[in-house]
Amino acid sequence: MRVNFTVNGRPQEADDVWEGESLLYVLRERLGLPGSKNACEQGECGSCTVRLDGVPVCACLVAAGQAEGREVVTVEGLAEYARQRACGTDACGTKSASLDEAGRRQAQGTDSQTGEGTELSPVQQAFIDAGAVQCGFCTPGLLVAADEMLERNPNPTDADIREALSGNLCRCTGYEKIMDAVRLAAARQSEGV
Amino acid sequence: MPANGAPTKITQGSQTKGGIGESTLRPDGTLKVTGEFAYSSDMWHEDMLWGQILRSTVAHAEIVSIDTSEALATAGVYAVMTYDDLPAEVKHYGLEIQDTPVLAHGKVRHHGEPVALVAADHPETARRAAAKIKVEYRELPVITDEASATAPGAVLVHENRTDHHAGHVPHPNIVHRQPIIRGNAAEAAERADFVVTGDYYFGMQDQAFLGPESGLAVPEEDGGVHLYIATQWLHSDLRQIAPVLGLPEDKVRMTLAGVGGAFGGREDLSMQIHACLLALRTGKPVKIVYNRFESFFGHVHRHPARLHYEHGATKDGKLTHVKCRIVLDGGAYASASPAVVGNASSLSIGPYEVDDVEIEAIALYSNNPPCGAMRGFGAVQACFAYEAQMDKLADAVGMDRVEFRQLNAMSQGTIMPTGQPVDSPAPVAELLRRVKAMPMPPERQWESSEGPDVRQLPGGLSNTTHGEGVVRGVGYAVGIKNVGFSEGFDDYSTAKVRMEVVGGEPVATVHTAMAEVGQGGVTVHAQIARTELGVAQVTIHPADTQVGSAGSTSASRQTYVTGGAVKNACELVRERVLEIGRRKFGTYHPAWATAELLLEGGKVVTDGGEVLADLVDVLEGEAVEVEEEWRHRPTEPFDLRTGQGNGHVQYSFAAHRAVVEVDTELGLVKVVELACAQDVGKALNPLSVIGQIQGGTTQGLGIAVMEEIIVDPQTAKVRNPSFTDYLLPTILDTPTIPVDVLELADEHAPYGLRGIGEAPTLSSTPAVLAAIRNATGLELPRTPVRPEHLTGKA
Amino acid sequence: MDFLRPASWEEALAAKAEHPTAVPIAGGTDVMVEINFDHRRPEYLLDLNRVGDLYEWEVGEESVRLGASVPYTRIMEDLRAELPGLALASHTVASPQIRNRGGVGGNLGTASPAGDAHPALLAAGAEVEVESAARGSRLIPIDDFYTGVKRNALQPDELIRAVHIKKADGPQQYSKVGTRNAMVIAVCAFGLALHPGTRTVRTGIGSAAPTPVRARAAEEFLNAALEEGGFWDNGKIITPSVAKQFAELCSAACNPIDDVRGTASYRRHAVGVMARRTLTWTWESYRGTRNTSEGAA
Repeated sequence: MRVNFTVNGRPQEADDVWEGESLLYVLRERLGLPGSKNACEQGECGSCTVRLDGVPVCACLVAAGQAEGREVVTVEGLAEYARQRACGTDACGTKSASLDEAGRRQAQGTDSQTGEGTELSPVQQAFIDAGAVQCGFCTPGLLVAADEMLERNPNPTDADIREALSGNLCRCTGYEKIMDAVRLAAARQSEGV
Repeated sequence: MPANGAPTKITQGSQTKGGIGESTLRPDGTLKVTGEFAYSSDMWHEDMLWGQILRSTVAHAEIVSIDTSEALATAGVYAVMTYDDLPAEVKHYGLEIQDTPVLAHGKVRHHGEPVALVAADHPETARRAAAKIKVEYRELPVITDEASATAPGAVLVHENRTDHHAGHVPHPNIVHRQPIIRGNAAEAAERADFVVTGDYYFGMQDQAFLGPESGLAVPEEDGGVHLYIATQWLHSDLRQIAPVLGLPEDKVRMTLAGVGGAFGGREDLSMQIHACLLALRTGKPVKIVYNRFESFFGHVHRHPARLHYEHGATKDGKLTHVKCRIVLDGGAYASASPAVVGNASSLSIGPYEVDDVEIEAIALYSNNPPCGAMRGFGAVQACFAYEAQMDKLADAVGMDRVEFRQLNAMSQGTIMPTGQPVDSPAPVAELLRRVKAMPMPPERQWESSEGPDVRQLPGGLSNTTHGEGVVRGVGYAVGIKNVGFSEGFDDYSTAKVRMEVVGGEPVATVHTAMAEVGQGGVTVHAQIARTELGVAQVTIHPADTQVGSAGSTSASRQTYVTGGAVKNACELVRERVLEIGRRKFGTYHPAWATAELLLEGGKVVTDGGEVLADLVDVLEGEAVEVEEEWRHRPTEPFDLRTGQGNGHVQYSFAAHRAVVEVDTELGLVKVVELACAQDVGKALNPLSVIGQIQGGTTQGLGIAVMEEIIVDPQTAKVRNPSFTDYLLPTILDTPTIPVDVLELADEHAPYGLRGIGEAPTLSSTPAVLAAIRNATGLELPRTPVRPEHLTGKA
Repeated sequence: MDFLRPASWEEALAAKAEHPTAVPIAGGTDVMVEINFDHRRPEYLLDLNRVGDLYEWEVGEESVRLGASVPYTRIMEDLRAELPGLALASHTVASPQIRNRGGVGGNLGTASPAGDAHPALLAAGAEVEVESAARGSRLIPIDDFYTGVKRNALQPDELIRAVHIKKADGPQQYSKVGTRNAMVIAVCAFGLALHPGTRTVRTGIGSAAPTPVRARAAEEFLNAALEEGGFWDNGKIITPSVAKQFAELCSAACNPIDDVRGTASYRRHAVGVMARRTLTWTWESYRGTRNTSEGAA
C-alpha cells in the first residue's frame, strides 16, 4: 500500500508498504531516517519515540497505515522543531537541514562527520554537555521524550523528570547523566539561553 | 553507507588543550544526538536483501531432516542455506574452543540455535519463507545442571572433545576446571573461632545492549566480502569468519559500524558469518537485524552460578581460611567459559588477605543457553557470594560489617590465592571508609505536603504503598576485578598515528581497530594524542581491519591497552618529529641537542618552556606515521592442579553503599541511593569515568532486584525472551549514584591508569542485597531477589 | 494482509461485518507487538484511528461515556474527578508513550487478565457499548464481559465503541504489583470503589485468575460488616479484624497460576495486602470528606 504523511515538516510518500510494517520501519528503511531506533519493537524501551501529531509515541507500535495524513517529528527534525517553538510560529522562517541527510547512509564519500556547526536544540546540546550519551542508542528516543516534557513542564522536579522518562530504557549511563542533562536543559531554557 | 566510517575531526576550543585529565566531550556526540550516527542496524545498500535465521524450537535434539524446498520456492527468496551449503572445510567457530557450528549439524544443543538461513527481498518475505522450512527433531534428554551433567550415563553435550581442556576435566560435560590451593585450609579452620557457610545462587543475566545484533555484508568484486558490523573485537571476528567462508583474511574486510552497547555480549559472533554467507551466495548485499526476541537467543549471557562457601575467623576478626566451590553453567557452547572459570577461581575470595584457601571453579556444558562474557564475568558471581559471607561472618564475630572488611582488606603487597603479589595500590579499606563517610540520603523522601509521592516509594507508579510496611536498610560491599586478558594471553593492541600539516595546522590522526561501543575510547585517544603531540586537532580514523588488532573492548582493558598503544605510537611519532626538527633547525639553537624537548600548543618547547619551533615549520613537507603494537606486562597461566601463577596484570577495586527501602509486606524494593567509591589510578576523562561507574553500578542493581533469564528446568527453553518479561531498571528504579573517585597511580600502567569499566558492577549487587537483608532480616541466598522471596511466597 | 481504513464508525462496522476476522487496531500497543514478533498474521487490520468518535468522552449525570480509544493520558489528566479508580489505573499503564496511544477499548478487546483497566472498571461498575452493523448496539455489563483467558463477550462482527462507567460517588483506589517501579505488566492488581450512595463496595482483581474478577464474597462480607457497625454513618475507623477478613476473602477470590512474573502463592498474598491497604486509603478518604462536609453543613 501507499502511505503519505508529513515528517519533520516535509510531505513524504512511501510505496509498496507491507500492511504489517510499523511507522518505525517506514521511517528507517523507506524514508532514510534511521534516527528513531529499533531496540525492542515492543513498546518497552522508548528508543523509537517520535511525535505523532505532537504526541510522543513509540513508532514501533504505530502501523504504517495509521500514520496516513499525519505529522511526525523524529529526532532528525528535533532541532528545527525546537527552534520554531522558541521563535513562535514561523517568525524565524523555516530551515530544512535534517532531511537532506536522508540519503547519507548510502553516500560513499561522507565527510565533515563532526557535526560541527550543526544547529542543536537545547536538550540535544545538554545531552552532549552533561555526558548523557554513551553508546547513544537510547538517545534519540530520550531526546524526543525529554523535549516534549520540557515543553509541557519547563521547571520539572527530579521526580517529574523520572516519571516522564520512565518509558525510555538506557543500558549504559545509569541515568544519572541523563538527569543532569535534562536539569541543564531546563535551567538553560528558563534563563533563555 | 558507513556514515561513521569517515574520519572524525575533533577541534578543541582555545581555552582548553583537551589533553588527558580533562572532561572533553565525545567526538561522536553531535552525530548521536541528531540521529545521524550510523549504527549497524542503520546500514543500507541499494538492492540489499534481508537475512533471516531459522532457530531451533527445542533445546536438545537430533535433526532427522530439514526440508527447504517450499521456502526456496517462495517468490522474493534468493537463497536458503543449511549446514550442507557451507562452502568451506571449517564449519565451526568459537572464541577459544571452536565448538559452535555455523548452522546446526545433525543436532541442536540449545533452544534458539541457528538451523537455516534465508535471504529475501523484504524481511517479511524472509520470515514467511523461514517458517516454511520443515525441520524434524528427535528430542534428547536435556542437561540442565551439574547433577544431570555428571550423572552416570549422562548424554554428552559434545562428544569426542579434542580441545585443550578435554584432557584435564573430570567429565566431558565440564568445559574447564580450575582448583586453587594455597596454604592449608583444613588446618587453618581449626584456628577459627567462628565458621560460617552458605550456598548461593546467581541468576542468568543478559547484557541487554539496546542496539540489536545487526550488520550489512556487501560482496566485493574480488570474490571477498565487506562486513559493516557492531562488535567488540574486529580481528577476533575476522579470525573466526574467514575460515568458514573459505576466504583468506585479506578478502574479508571489516569496518566497525555504530555499536549500540555491548557489555560482553558482542565478544562472540552472532550474525556475522550468516550475513557473509548469504551475501556471497546471492552476490547481493545482505542485511540482518535481530529483533529483541531473537537477540535473547543471538548472544551468550552471564553464567548463572551455584556457589558454596565456608569462611572462618578468629574472635578478634581475622580471617582464617576460605573454602569455596563455584559451579558456572556455560550452556551449550564454550564461548568464554574457560576465562570465566579462571576469573571466578582466582578472584573468589575477594579483596581480602587470607593465606589458607581451597578453591574450585568449574563451568558446565549443558543444554541451557550458551553463556560467556558479561561485564565483570566470574568476579561478579563470586563477589555476590563472598560479600554475603563477609556480612555473615562479621555478625558471627560481633564486629561492624565495614570494620570487619577493613580489618581483613588486602593492600599493596598482599599475596593473592594464586601466589601472585599485588604490586600496585589496593586501597580497599580506604574505599570502604570513603563510601561509608558519604552523607546518608534523608529518610522518608516520599513525604510531601500533598501526601505521599508514590514515585519515590517501593512500587513506584503502581501505587502499592503510601508508606505502609516500608523499612529502610543499608548494605556495604567491595570487590576486586582483574584488568585485561589474563593467564598468559598475548594481550596487545596496535595503534597507527600520523602527524602532518593540514590547512596550515598540525594535525594528528589516530587509527586503531578499537571497537567504540559507547565507553568513550575515541574521546580518550584524542586526549592522549593532544597530550603527547601538543596538537589541537586530532582525527580519529574509523576502526577497521586495515590496521592491526586492538584486542577486545572488554575486561576493562581498552584505555589501558589501546590507550597505551596510542600513547606509545605518539611517543614514537614525537621522536621522529624531533629528529626532523633537529635536522632542520638543530643548528639554530643548542637546546635542540641538550634539552628535554616537548610538543606543546603546536610548538616544540624545552622542558623549561622555551619555544624552539612551530610544528607547522617542522612538519612542512613531511608526514610522520608510526604503526606499532603495544603489550602490557606478560602474565602466566594458572597451574592446573594448584592454581598458582602470576595470572593477572592489574586489579581494579570499587566499593558500594546501598540504601534501600523495602515494602516488607509486598516484597517490593526501592533503591534510594547507591553510592560508590572507586580507585581509577588516573582519570583520563573524569566525566566518562563517572559515567562508566554509574552505568556499571546500575547493571549490578538490575541483577540484584529484577533481571533474570528464566530457563525452564524441564525443557531448557527460555521463558522470557523479551523486554516485557526480562526487566531492565528504568529511570524510576535507578537511584542517585554519588561517586567518589580515588586516583592512586599504578606505576606499571600508562599514566598510572586503572581499567575501570567492570569493578562497579561487582559490588553493586551484593551491596543492594545486603541492604535488603538489613531491612528484612532475611537470608536471601539468591539473586535476583523477587517479591516472593521477600514475602515467603516462593 | 489487508489494511482497512474506515473514515467513520459506520464504515468501521461495515468493514467488520464484511470481514469478521479483521483485527481492530487503535493504539496498536498489543497488536503491533504481535505483528513485530511474528506471533500473529491477521488477514485484515482494521484501523480505528480515523474514527474520531472513539476519542471523545461525555460526562453525564450518572456516568461517563468514554470512547474506546480515549488515551490513558487523557483519562489520567481529565477524568480524575469522575473516574478516580480508572485514572489511577491509567497511570500504571506501561509508559507515557503507551499511555498516549492506548485506550480502554484495547484492554477490553484483548481481555488479557493483566489488562490494567479491568479491576478499575469492575470496581466502579461499567457497561461496554458494542455495536454491529447487523444488530445495532448493545450494552454488556462489565461483570459479563470477560468470558475466558483473553476472551470476551464480543461477537465476531462487533466492535467496542465506548464504555459507560459510573461516576465515582465515593473514594476509589487502585494498586498494582509489578517487579519494576514503572513500565511493568501486572503481577497482580486490585481496584476498590466505595459507593456511599448505595452503601456498597465493589472490587476488581487483575492477573490473579483466568479473567479479571470481582471478589464478591469479600464485597458481601464488607457490605454487611459496614452496615452492621453503622460505619457509613458513624465514620469510624474500620476495625482491623474487618479489614483483615476482607483481605483474606479477596485473596480467596483469586485463582492464580505460577508464571515468569510471579507465583500463585505470592499473587494471593499480594492481592490481600492491596485489598487491606486500598480499603484503608478509601475509607480514610471517605471519613475525611464526610467530616469536611459535616463541618461545612
